[in-house]
Amino acid sequence: MSTARGVSAASDRGASAASARNVFTAPEASRANALHAGAWWLWALGLAVAASRTTDPLLLGLLVGVAGYVVAARRTDAPWSRSYGAFVKLGLFVVGLRVVFSLLLGSPIPGEHVLFTLPEVPLPDWVQGVRIGGRVTAEQLVFALYDGAKLATLLICVGAANALANPARLLKSLPGALYEAGVAVVVAMTFAPNMVADVTRLRTARRLRGRPTGGVRAVLQIGLPVLEGALERSVAVAASMDARGYGRTARVPAAVRRTTNVLTLGGLLGVCAGSYGLLAAEGAAYGLPLLGAGLLAAVAGLRLGGRRTVRTRYRPDLWGVRAWLVAGSGAAVAALMIWANAYAPEALHPGVVPLEAPELPLWPAASVLVGLVPAFVAPVPSVKENNA
Amino acid sequence: MIRFENVSVRYEEDAEPTLRNVDLTVPEGELVLLVGPSGVGKSTLLGTVSGLVPHFTGGTLTGRVTVDGRDTRTHPPRELADLVGTVGQDPSAHFVTDTVEDELAYGMESLGLAPGVMRRRVEETLDLLGLAELRDRPIATLSGGQRQRVAIGSVLTPHPKVLVLDEPTSALDPSAAEDVLAVLQRLVHDLGTTVLLAEHRLERVVQYADQVLLLPDAVMGPPADIMSVSPVHPPVVALGRLAGWEPLPLTVRDARRRAAPLKARLEGRDPAGLVPRPSAHAAGREEGPASRDRGPVPDAVRASAVSSDADGTGPPAPSASEARGSGGGSPGHGEAGSPHAAGREGRGGGLSLFRRRRTRPAPAPAAPLVLIERLAVRRGRVEALRRVDLRVSPGETLALMGRNGAGKSTLLSTLVGMIEPTSGTVRVAGLAPHATDPRELIRQVGLVPQEPRDLLYADTVAAECAAADADAGATPGTCRALVEELLPGVADDTHPRDLSEGQRLALALAVVLTGRPPLLLLDEPTRGLDYAAKARLVARLRGLAADGHAIVLATHDVELAAELAHRVVIVADGEVVADGPTAEVVVSSPAFSPQVAKVLAPRPWLTVEQVEAAL
Repeated sequence: MSTARGVSAASDRGASAASARNVFTAPEASRANALHAGAWWLWALGLAVAASRTTDPLLLGLLVGVAGYVVAARRTDAPWSRSYGAFVKLGLFVVGLRVVFSLLLGSPIPGEHVLFTLPEVPLPDWVQGVRIGGRVTAEQLVFALYDGAKLATLLICVGAANALANPARLLKSLPGALYEAGVAVVVAMTFAPNMVADVTRLRTARRLRGRPTGGVRAVLQIGLPVLEGALERSVAVAASMDARGYGRTARVPAAVRRTTNVLTLGGLLGVCAGSYGLLAAEGAAYGLPLLGAGLLAAVAGLRLGGRRTVRTRYRPDLWGVRAWLVAGSGAAVAALMIWANAYAPEALHPGVVPLEAPELPLWPAASVLVGLVPAFVAPVPSVKENNA
Repeated sequence: MIRFENVSVRYEEDAEPTLRNVDLTVPEGELVLLVGPSGVGKSTLLGTVSGLVPHFTGGTLTGRVTVDGRDTRTHPPRELADLVGTVGQDPSAHFVTDTVEDELAYGMESLGLAPGVMRRRVEETLDLLGLAELRDRPIATLSGGQRQRVAIGSVLTPHPKVLVLDEPTSALDPSAAEDVLAVLQRLVHDLGTTVLLAEHRLERVVQYADQVLLLPDAVMGPPADIMSVSPVHPPVVALGRLAGWEPLPLTVRDARRRAAPLKARLEGRDPAGLVPRPSAHAAGREEGPASRDRGPVPDAVRASAVSSDADGTGPPAPSASEARGSGGGSPGHGEAGSPHAAGREGRGGGLSLFRRRRTRPAPAPAAPLVLIERLAVRRGRVEALRRVDLRVSPGETLALMGRNGAGKSTLLSTLVGMIEPTSGTVRVAGLAPHATDPRELIRQVGLVPQEPRDLLYADTVAAECAAADADAGATPGTCRALVEELLPGVADDTHPRDLSEGQRLALALAVVLTGRPPLLLLDEPTRGLDYAAKARLVARLRGLAADGHAIVLATHDVELAAELAHRVVIVADGEVVADGPTAEVVVSSPAFSPQVAKVLAPRPWLTVEQVEAAL
């Protein structure tokens, strides 16, 4: 945002401050100016990459704070926006789990500050290297905490993307040949909440029959009706989709169809072989070109396959300046963090052995703050929608 | 536009055909209404037009269906998608995307229309259906009526020449239904769309139809002709047939213009003895004159307050009869007390008052069966119910009405303990439902949910009955005997899923009644029922009420409320806005008044049955 302001000052100095403000204030969100879902995902992935480069809890906390602030500032009231809370809870759970495992299974981290000693389970020789119980050191717990916090931050970044971008819109950006697969995924995604609603409804309905609503038996007994209901609904949706023209195809010459198949299959094989070459010890030389060629062939196959579908797209999300800024801010955070990691790795990884208090390195912290850009440039969800 | 040539459909090789030798032509630009009892193949006939029958459902179709010259045998549904728009019974099973605007565009995307065209048509359709406000809303957050309009809109955007709708208004409250029907009429008038529509609630749709197609005989003709012979018909037609009006009126307005002689004949008679009222042993506790003996009772006080309130705003019906009842009547009436009771009794009331006074039980006022005081229920930030007060006595039938989402179902759920009150008290037979063991509770209160299937888990009727006996601790065979009574001739090994809508409702009712609960709750019981099934249901429920069961129904069906309910409670936005005897509440608010009441206003006649008995 600050760079944008600078540009504005330079380019149209004559314009009044008010109109500059008008141009650079984020507009109210509507379908027309909706940010491309891919931009949100790139931004979130950028933050996630940054999180994967550090174990400094203060930096991680800052990343979570940045993601959380943007979510709070820009999420709508749509159903998918509520997933953020779930991801935060999942993150906390991961931290807890990581610590519990460290407590129970011990840790290779050498430490001197023994906090307490759990009774150790004697294990036979052949599971050497595995330990259950035993002494618990402060170092090992701190290490587990840092590690868990890193994972949790990654999850929260994904959750932020989920909350900010409509997953269905992201699937809409798939190439035409994959569109129908995308629709299938969208329909499947709307099924999960429906089934959860069914389970709740049937469980409460058990009360009407005078049966307890909780417990494993309740779930087992309503399992069949729930599955039947889901099956019926899927048949109904399939009928509706069919009646609305899902799966209409254009006639394509046989040659084109065959070429499509060859290109797609060949391309995928190439991608497989290429990645194997890259990962295997020898063969890195042919790996990269093979991967590239495979990718090209697959993309060509998909484009050609797109000719079979007659469908068009209604108001696809446009990739505009704001999308560039959002995606760019994420990429910048990732790039700066990677660079900082190369420049001064110890600043990003506070010592565990010996224990030392984590510090907030100034420049990496500043670079994380770049991730706040979307909170200023992305369109603001309208108040009405928030209340709805 | 649509041509059926000797069409028969059978789903199983050796079974009776669902449709037999249908041979007719639906002309372009007509609104054709399909009528007939349940199970005569209305949905099947609609399915043959869109090609879903037999391409999707299986079965064998003989003969030929052509739509605008395209044969449905050679064209699967997706090849007819640009020609036929189909909306099934359940709009939520129709949606493919998750927001309104995307849903409207989906069909056009499949057909490959140019982006500019799509954009323009979405805007037009948003305006046509009044959906512009909702364009960005997720579909999951819409109400029933809104969903139905989105579903219709989503098949309109590809500009189909034929629109096929299966029970588009059954799940809707009266005003939402009118919105949807107004849209259909606009389509027929403005765009020349051919509309084929099946609906059980004829009182809502028959006046919009150009032609009526009566199944199973597959005869098509002008509505008035078909209605004069149809076994299913709306109350206004029944009234017309009763009065011998020629030609038969289809709308309340037509009927009212011819109603003067009937009104004259009915002058001097009163529906008093015919208005549904709690059975004798319960009546004394609830109604005005008796309540006077016990001092102020909030219920009676409020009921009369409501009625006087209604006088100011509604049609003059209650005031007229009240004036006669309390002022101009015999001295006995003056003494009878609260105006609303007198209004209901009218002139014939003296005798029954007298009788009731004699049969009234000892003045010891037993606690009402249902006692709700200052009930509030919140879900998250939404206040589903606010400051609700309600009493129901044994033997009383009460109808809860109000638009979709007003809180009717929430109120019922609170009574069976599925929802815990946020504040206030709920007592059913002295128990707090949410804190009572379900096994104990089912002997006090039974709820038949909106989807009776939710109650049924077993795979045969017999197993279901055995389970119900075990659940309720009743002697084995209790439930089966009830099923036999409510649903004669159903085999033990029938799968509940194979029963018709009405049969399934009866089975669920039997299951619920196994515990002999004194309080019976029904949520939207007439959805998907034809007139015959509805009449059976009404008869059963009247019998139960006469046995002393208290019945509370949440319903949009004003005709059902008029036939059955002693009292009507109107809920809006989680608050009770009217509570009083059926005749008063229903006559004073046009949205909730049955057709007969509209025709014979200002007199409080509610049903054809009452008129018939009085003549």
